[in-house]
Amino acid sequence: MSARDVVLGRVRRALADVPREERPEQVPVVRDYLASHSPADPVGMLAEHLADYRALVHRTDAGGLPELIARLLAERGSGSVVVPAGLPKGWLSAVPADTVRRVPDAPSVTAAELDAVDSVVTGCAVAIAETGTIVLDGGPDQGRRRTTLVPDHHVVVVRVPDQVVESVGQALPLLSPVRPLTWISGPSATSDIELDRVEGVHGPRTLEVVLVRE
Amino acid sequence: MSGATGTYLGMPPFPRAAKDAVRDATLRANLRHATHTIRDKRAAAVAELPDWPELRAAGAAIKDRTLRHLDHYLVQLEERVTAAGGVVHWAADAAEANRIVTALVKETGEREVIKVKSMATQEIGLNEALAKAGIRANETDLAELIVQLGDDLPSHILVPAIHRNRGEIRDIFARNMARWGRAAPETLTDAPAELAEAARLHLREKFLRAKVGISGANFMVAETGTLVVVESEGNGRMCLTLPETLISVVGIEKVVPSWQDLEVFLQTLPRSSTAERMNPYTSMWTGTTDGDGPRVFHLVLLDNGRTDTLADEVGRQALRCIRCSACLNVCPVYERAGGHAYGSAYPGPIGAILTPQLRGTAGELDASLPYASSLCGACYEVCPVAIDIPEVLVHLRERVVQGGPVTVRGTRTRIRPAKGHAAERAALRAATWALDRPGAMRAGQRLAGRSRRLLPRRSLPGPGRAWTASRDLPAVPAEPFRDWWQRRTRGEDGR
Ligand code: SF4
Repeated sequence: MSARDVVLGRVRRALADVPREERPEQVPVVRDYLASHSPADPVGMLAEHLADYRALVHRTDAGGLPELIARLLAERGSGSVVVPAGLPKGWLSAVPADTVRRVPDAPSVTAAELDAVDSVVTGCAVAIAETGTIVLDGGPDQGRRRTTLVPDHHVVVVRVPDQVVESVGQALPLLSPVRPLTWISGPSATSDIELDRVEGVHGPRTLEVVLVRE
Repeated sequence: MSGATGTYLGMPPFPRAAKDAVRDATLRANLRHATHTIRDKRAAAVAELPDWPELRAAGAAIKDRTLRHLDHYLVQLEERVTAAGGVVHWAADAAEANRIVTALVKETGEREVIKVKSMATQEIGLNEALAKAGIRANETDLAELIVQLGDDLPSHILVPAIHRNRGEIRDIFARNMARWGRAAPETLTDAPAELAEAARLHLREKFLRAKVGISGANFMVAETGTLVVVESEGNGRMCLTLPETLISVVGIEKVVPSWQDLEVFLQTLPRSSTAERMNPYTSMWTGTTDGDGPRVFHLVLLDNGRTDTLADEVGRQALRCIRCSACLNVCPVYERAGGHAYGSAYPGPIGAILTPQLRGTAGELDASLPYASSLCGACYEVCPVAIDIPEVLVHLRERVVQGGPVTVRGTRTRIRPAKGHAAERAALRAATWALDRPGAMRAGQRLAGRSRRLLPRRSLPGPGRAWTASRDLPAVPAEPFRDWWQRRTRGEDGR
């Protein structure tokens, strides 16, 4: 007998008390929790909650975006930046090409190569106000998962209010489980040493979130 | 290193292990600080959600639905994972799971793997099994790294190195990092930021060259075949995306029916465990994705006593557990005893009900675990999936003392009552330890009033029952357990 048959057989015997005709949906699950906690100002709440977890939050409009991105990379002293294939053309237009090397995100770029790159600039799929979360789904303006993981500085652009939802429950239906998803709520952190919170262990130690009003 | 080389098996029974831990002043101070800090923060994070009770009830109901139809959801999950390019394996016990994983790693030709914290792999002793096959498993969570470099065992679900303070961690890093990779900087101090930086550098080279990653999962969605890993440090993302081969070892109870169900657990888990609105990183993946992440994905579905637990209609609810560790942080017994005393990967109240069910109560330690509690009910109150831990404890005490039907490796059998006096003595020792410590009990008692309604409607558990049967003692339920206990013991042995 295969291990599969053994385990499934044990499960079925263990559930001898469950009536044969019972369907899974017949086991009641009451969803009377709130669909959202209805924040008065979701974008404001997003900014506040991101900041609570030490993300650096900036606001601008479409016109000011290229300048802002250029400034953030300059302040960081970045000499190189990973660029997802579908990043809107204009976003890096103010970043000087002679001092900041562009590294296109491609399957051939190894993790070791990414480790030598200073920054990465991406868009996102959706942002959640209540939890202060940015979700990446590997879309063309975001690139592969490793590109937002290995470089130490991540600048992520959120179009507000369009890309902002209030709650986790509102975000899930907008996301496709078929795509690899990364939910980011502040930079990486650990509290493993006497519960002292230290920001930045393995992911990008600096997360900058740009809220662009459209 | 050979992984965490310590072992939980063969550890002394709870009362003795706990007594040793209580004598260790550092351990106690660290634990106390930690549990109280997390406890208070958690209460604040939970208070932010006015619909917490509804979320908690929904979480319990979703898990109950899953458990009552576990075969259905497992088959569905297997189908979806396979359709998405993953390979599903089944393992009836620890040995089988270890064999499967070892063979999979060997196939890749690699002698080294990176691991993200996983209680399931701790439970089955995977690191030790890999070491026997000449494969080194590198733990990558900061706490696990501390534990591994210190040749130690985890003591808390969420913060496994909670028993170590910063000075000890500095010494462990300075002494042992060089043996396994990049050395700690000469100038390393005990500042947490510096210690974290040393770990970052030490582990980065391992991440960059790793070909095989091993993980667990917090949830598996049957409807979509999606696995979910919730974490803070980013080592999970590293292990899940950089290697070419990913092997996830997951207990069969981790399945949830639908994508929508995540809206409940992604609210309750972070707030209950790290007291955050959301943990820094959550990864979700479905099979494999072209050009992004591992090209090969193996899912090993682990039984190892879970179906035996499922067969017990009272004990079954322990399988709802989402491993948030909230019950540890409120437990007066855990606070005094520390995690190691529980003798398994699962410490605290959840360990006291899960381990004796996964492993059975034949061993002295496992039989004593249901007594590692004052039944104050605080664990039930904080549990985000409403597991009635006191109810299961009482049930298991009865089983130890009176014997009865159990399922062992899928076979229904009866265990005989532990022999009268021996059982009583074991129980007595455990209870003496927990109840004779006013400090430990005071915390419990503060909650006792509130939680009284939550306590099982039964008479005195285990040892009390044995006594009433054999020695004609007065009935006890009307009186608080501790008062009764003190009255019982006062004058008897002069404590
Ligand atoms: S038993 Fe409940 S409180 Fe304890 S770890 Fe599991 S889910 Fe959390």
